[in-house]
Amino acid sequence: MASGAQSGRVDMTGALRDAGFTGLVAFGVLLPLIGFLTGVDGSNQLVLTTRWPLLLAIVAVVAVCRFLYCFAIMPWLARRAQQPIRAASQAWRGIVANWFVPFGIAFLIIYPVIVYLTAGTSGGQKWIDNFGIQILIYVMLGWGLNIVVGLAGLLDLGYVAFYAVGAYSYALLAKTFGLTFWILLPLAGMLSSFWGILLGFPVLRLRGDYLAIVTLAFGEIIRLILINWTALTNGYAGITGIPRPTFFGIPFNANDDGFAATFGLPFSPLYRVIFLYYLILALALLTCFVTVRLRRLPIGRAWEALREDEIACRSLGINTTNTKLTAFAMGAMFAGFAGSFFAAREAFISPESFTFIESATILAIVVLGGMGSQVGVVIAAIAMIGGTEILRELDFLKSIFGPTFDPTQYRMLLFGFAMVAIMIWRPRGLISTREPSVFLKRRKTIAADLVKQGRG
Amino acid sequence: MAGAAARDGSTVLRVEHLTMRFGGLVAIDNLSFAVERGTITALIGPNGAGKTTVFNCITGFYKPTEGRIALHRGDAAVWDSLDALTDSGKRGVVRSDGALYLLERMPDFLVTQQARVARTFQNIRLFPGMTVLENLLVAQHNGLMVASGYTLLGVLGFPSYVSAERAALDKARAWLERFGLIERADDPAGVLPYGAQRRLEIARAMCTDPVLLCLDEPAAGLNPRESAELNELLLAIRDEFAISILLIEHDMSVVMGISDHVVVLDYGVKIADGAPDAVRNDAKVIAAYLGVADEEVAKIEAEVGL
Repeated sequence: MASGAQSGRVDMTGALRDAGFTGLVAFGVLLPLIGFLTGVDGSNQLVLTTRWPLLLAIVAVVAVCRFLYCFAIMPWLARRAQQPIRAASQAWRGIVANWFVPFGIAFLIIYPVIVYLTAGTSGGQKWIDNFGIQILIYVMLGWGLNIVVGLAGLLDLGYVAFYAVGAYSYALLAKTFGLTFWILLPLAGMLSSFWGILLGFPVLRLRGDYLAIVTLAFGEIIRLILINWTALTNGYAGITGIPRPTFFGIPFNANDDGFAATFGLPFSPLYRVIFLYYLILALALLTCFVTVRLRRLPIGRAWEALREDEIACRSLGINTTNTKLTAFAMGAMFAGFAGSFFAAREAFISPESFTFIESATILAIVVLGGMGSQVGVVIAAIAMIGGTEILRELDFLKSIFGPTFDPTQYRMLLFGFAMVAIMIWRPRGLISTREPSVFLKRRKTIAADLVKQGRG
Repeated sequence: MAGAAARDGSTVLRVEHLTMRFGGLVAIDNLSFAVERGTITALIGPNGAGKTTVFNCITGFYKPTEGRIALHRGDAAVWDSLDALTDSGKRGVVRSDGALYLLERMPDFLVTQQARVARTFQNIRLFPGMTVLENLLVAQHNGLMVASGYTLLGVLGFPSYVSAERAALDKARAWLERFGLIERADDPAGVLPYGAQRRLEIARAMCTDPVLLCLDEPAAGLNPRESAELNELLLAIRDEFAISILLIEHDMSVVMGISDHVVVLDYGVKIADGAPDAVRNDAKVIAAYLGVADEEVAKIEAEVGL
């Protein structure tokens, strides 16, 4: 079958044979898994039931899919690989690349207005909060982690720890000392970057897999401290009643001194949501602006050089210890900002929000987007976080699969498929090329296979 | 020679009783030699003689087991403070008329940053995913870091940083023109042909403003024409910029053609030290490289002291 596909010819018998073989394998694998069902009857006896129609249906689907793949898709891919790349598509890509960022930012700025006009007050709140704010938090976290993983090439599996430090810093300091959001935001960032440096010191000598394991452990240590130090953090129960951010001193409530009353508007919870949306948008854009700026500064170039070759860096007089620590600190700082925003938005935090799966999600966003690419992180965050939220909206599937069907249960399965697919077609992420930070005559994009991924 | 002004006969690097042991293996055994300012000194020897180990000790990548490596710049009178510096336990001394550093006490990055010793590697170590120009800017990291106010002023776009970056770009451009790489400035370093990568690595080392340039086999893998061009470049670096060069090389056309002084190592021991012509005719060197006829073995062994 492979030889037929390679030359682009359609090989009917080969495809049929391959489909038959695949069906046989599927039958063998699924027979014990789906074909037989053991259960307990009324008299507590073990009974074996068989599900032949279901088994055969699934085997048939597998075989037909394999046949279509061998018969149609594989020859098509082989034909496409032999065609030269069309210049027209290159020009089209250039236009998209040039206009994507300004259009994207403009869209994000008017997004709440669009939502309000189309979905109204109650629906608008959901779309701004669950989609807009949720995705932007992860975009910001992705951009922050991108400094550590994408630029400096240090694999960090415990990034959520700094997010947690930021969130708990805000929650505890706001509740204990009554400090406002605007004072605590930089404070939370500083505390997080302090913890970033603290983590950085012991792991400086580690590289690659070993670095990943220690950062993973660090993330778990922070979470376990949050769970067990109940006197400070209230353990599993979490911290409730965290003060909300105010509009420069004006709270978002229904009182006479509240936001709505001050500006002579009817009270609506939507104002706070819109305010939070613009707040996280500003924070995310700040992260992006600083990162883009840093890439063109000596520190950013040193990070990238560190990812490319650490020994060469040292031979050029670069203090690699400090360079790594600044990368950790800078990444952690943005996680701290995001964390304090998260605490202020939810008004309730618990260790449940800072599990390993969060670190994995953020890392997946960075890897899927393409390490070091700012735009790639945005696309990946929209796909991963927006995708989860979209699954909640697919209620019509209940009418097909029955009332107990919950599409969100399939989230990880779908992500798994998406991840495998992207790693096959774009092994270095959606946007894998590197833009040089400086040029003499012409900015030439650098192909992904030249750019090192860093070994920690 | 043209570099007479720079060659005042003073010593820039003094290696004394350098010994490096890896467990039971003695890679370098009690090696002493000096590099004169403004000259090209070649370190040669058969494979495994310990040449790269000497380089790694000088540039701080290895901590020598024993010995002293002193680097000097400025007035020759600064050498007088060598013993005082050694006793003080400090890494170096900077006086108004010059500076003296004990390289064996410094971590690798400070050897380049403060003592101004630059090096290249036997297996080229460029930043392949960064452009040629970016490679040269990374080499100017420390100066630019200060100019960018340790990033703070740079993020805010202060004019002092903007002008410092422009100066760094001009310097990079000047070196690229010098090394014939200006046409490739915006290409990633990883796509350059082998000879150009070798030249780029030397250009990058030059961007750190060294007083001593250590080149580990700069002519390896170059064709005869490229190696002749390299000779011209190294002579120009020596004569125009008063930079002392220490190089490891197997290509005898390079060694004999440009070096002022040759040190020969064999099994970590120095077997010859002198002008190229003298070394070329030295019996021990010939024995180490070519071996000897059976009847001469006993005689040579007695001479070498085996």
